[in-house]
Amino acid sequence: MANRAKWTPYLLLLPSAVYLAVFFAAPMAQAFGLAFQDTDNNWSLDSWRIMFSDASFNEALRTTLVLIVVIIPIQFVLAMSMALVVNAKLKFSGLWLYIYAIPLGISELAAGIIWYAVFTQQGWLNSFLQGLGVVERPFIFLSYENQGWLIFAIVLAEAWRATSIVMVILVAGLQGIPRDYLEAADVFGASSWQKVTRVILPLLRPSLQVALILRIILAFQAFAVIIAIAGQALTVLPAEAYRWYQDYRDPHVAAAYASLILFLSIASTILVLWLVPTREEQLG
Amino acid sequence: MRNANPARETGDDFRSLRQARGRRHTLGRAGLYLLATVMALWVLAPIYLITITAFSPRDVVREYPKQVIPREFSVESMDFFVNSTGVLGSLWNSVLVALITLVLSTIIGAPAGYALARFAFKGRDPYRLVILSTRAFPIVILSIPLAVTFLTWGIYDSIYAVALMHTALAMPFTVLITSSIFVSVPHDLEEAALTLGCTPLQAFLRVVMPLALPGLAAASIFTFVLSWNEVFAAVILTLQERTLPAHVLGVLTSSPPHFRFAAAWFMLAPSLIFIFLIRRYLLGLWGRISR
Repeated sequence: MANRAKWTPYLLLLPSAVYLAVFFAAPMAQAFGLAFQDTDNNWSLDSWRIMFSDASFNEALRTTLVLIVVIIPIQFVLAMSMALVVNAKLKFSGLWLYIYAIPLGISELAAGIIWYAVFTQQGWLNSFLQGLGVVERPFIFLSYENQGWLIFAIVLAEAWRATSIVMVILVAGLQGIPRDYLEAADVFGASSWQKVTRVILPLLRPSLQVALILRIILAFQAFAVIIAIAGQALTVLPAEAYRWYQDYRDPHVAAAYASLILFLSIASTILVLWLVPTREEQLG
Repeated sequence: MRNANPARETGDDFRSLRQARGRRHTLGRAGLYLLATVMALWVLAPIYLITITAFSPRDVVREYPKQVIPREFSVESMDFFVNSTGVLGSLWNSVLVALITLVLSTIIGAPAGYALARFAFKGRDPYRLVILSTRAFPIVILSIPLAVTFLTWGIYDSIYAVALMHTALAMPFTVLITSSIFVSVPHDLEEAALTLGCTPLQAFLRVVMPLALPGLAAASIFTFVLSWNEVFAAVILTLQERTLPAHVLGVLTSSPPHFRFAAAWFMLAPSLIFIFLIRRYLLGLWGRISR
């Protein structure tokens, strides 16, 4: 009986461990294998050379990084505002939380098409601007010549769609902050702003760290939203991986792109852990 | 003599200070409600716009400038979308993939969640850490090698290929969420059942399961939405047997605006319903697993 109890947890873990080994660890190793081998399965750096010298590579890398650098701060300010509002004990607090959380269920592709409807030539934004008399005829936001507007539209779409996940993590973190701390700040006459910057943000560090890592890794994979809004006019790393796999039938170069995305994700995770250490890491 | 009654004076000071604070407080409250409303509109407005576009007749969709107040309700665009080649088939595929993903990830992941919640054993924390680190894994890096593997297995371009991939994506969430659900079911009840003569399996089925069921249902719905929305793996792993998002993405550039907008609404609507159903669990689902 005692012996059986000892083995029970391992038996329960076994299926998930096997599954993750087959469908997670193995493909990951295989991705590197593909990226560092040529079509005859000889070790080679050809795929990487092809990737780096590809005409679209620099643009894809630059766009991916620009999007992340612009989107992440916007998302965190917005998510923090939403989280504070949800936590402020307003009336209908459940309703606010639900509304802000709605985009959790919205796919990248649907969000992309929705914002395409806003920014397209005969779309909502032009209708609105023309109504105000700002433009005389519809302005073409989404074209290759207007890279700035393309980026802007994608930033709005991503800020709209993917802020909720940060918000939910921050709300959960806020609820873990003991009320005493905030009451103590009240007693000492702290303003709301001081309470946020001096009490809430430092205590929220672990949640911020997790949310940052999650968001950055997911942002490196943004794909459908860019295709839906910009079509061929803008490219990012996952779109290139897709193109090399689907259009050029070259899984090796596609795998090189995939490995690069993984490498960038890991590098930025380390960067976040270093820039936003939680208490334990600061001590250790 | 000015300070003859210091107590009263400070009392007055206090009162006026408090009133000033009270006024500021009311103002602050009003500002908060304003901010809350503006942010709610920011979330809801695009959903409203796509909804009225999807339910307008084709020529109204093409109309410019657009009217914010819809004049005419029509299912013409929706009808066109649903009856376009490949849409119904891919819709059916999407549902099947999501259901297989849900069943597989629950069958395989929930026992692990239970083990992490209920047993203290060697390797528990490392395993938890492995699961945590796989949570936000680049889907891109798994899809391409798995496509190559599935080709050799002979299941490339099938719903099983997509479902197996989606299960791998959902697994970390399932393990962490089920673990947190089982943690919240009091262990005492399970022990009481054992003392009263239940076998461990009976205790689990009769005591733990009923209490864990709502949370497990919410977790399943979450997994369903995850699979329903996923597009990169679906588009890499299939050519003909597409899921709905993969099909829409594939034909996007060659399809007219009213097709696109109807498609966006069609993909959006189930997710909205599902998120509404599990709204009470959202914080738990995302909050707990982020610790």
